[in-house]
Amino acid sequence: MKLVYFAWVRERVGKAEEQIDPPTGVITVGDLMAWLAGRDEQYAYAFENAKVIRAAIDHRHVRPDAVIAGASEIAFFPPMTGG
Amino acid sequence: MASMTTTIRLQREAFDVAAEAAAMTRGRTDIGAVVTFTGICRADENGAPIAALTLEHYPGMAEAEIARHVEEAYARWPLLGVTVIHRYGRIEPGEVIVLVATTSSHRQAAFSAASFLMDYLKTRAPFWKQVEAPTGTAWVEAKTADDAAADRWSPLSRKAAK
Repeated sequence: MKLVYFAWVRERVGKAEEQIDPPTGVITVGDLMAWLAGRDEQYAYAFENAKVIRAAIDHRHVRPDAVIAGASEIAFFPPMTGG
Repeated sequence: MASMTTTIRLQREAFDVAAEAAAMTRGRTDIGAVVTFTGICRADENGAPIAALTLEHYPGMAEAEIARHVEEAYARWPLLGVTVIHRYGRIEPGEVIVLVATTSSHRQAAFSAASFLMDYLKTRAPFWKQVEAPTGTAWVEAKTADDAAADRWSPLSRKAAK
């Protein structure tokens, strides 16, 4: 699946998007954030305060307990500040 | 049957607010009210001077999320038209960032829907503002007051996850 990052999540991760193949056991968006945080220091920094990070699956807002199976694009970003 | 006209645009370029509002009523005699909200870039953020804002957005989701809220606005109020134009990229103080315009037969629907749409744009549309200041750049932090403003439209709009 494709991951995309925005604003300071993108800056901390160091890339705007990537393809990933998470291991079995990574079931939810929350699991995915925890798995990403364990990858290296940059990801750990980006996801250190996972509670504030928002997620979307295929262009729709989701909660951390959303299941990622079947998703083609998952996005992580800070609270929005448009308008 | 009244015809409803919807315009949703995301663009880097500046636009003419008056022309957009005029386009909504041209050739129509069923519209009795137009409400426009224009969001403009200020020269300060939290009391400190800024040189510009840069808006990042999530292409694809931004359009989809705005469209979902416009659809909800039509479901809640008897609107005749909605226009939402949101800019991205670098925007200097004095420039327009966003326009939300609504039309209806009577004023109350147009006022309420414009307010609803702006509250949701602030908290749910995937845009992020970065401030360019003499001291460097910084991401604007989300305001709890904006969340509270969006929450007052519950519960119809809380179907989706926050």
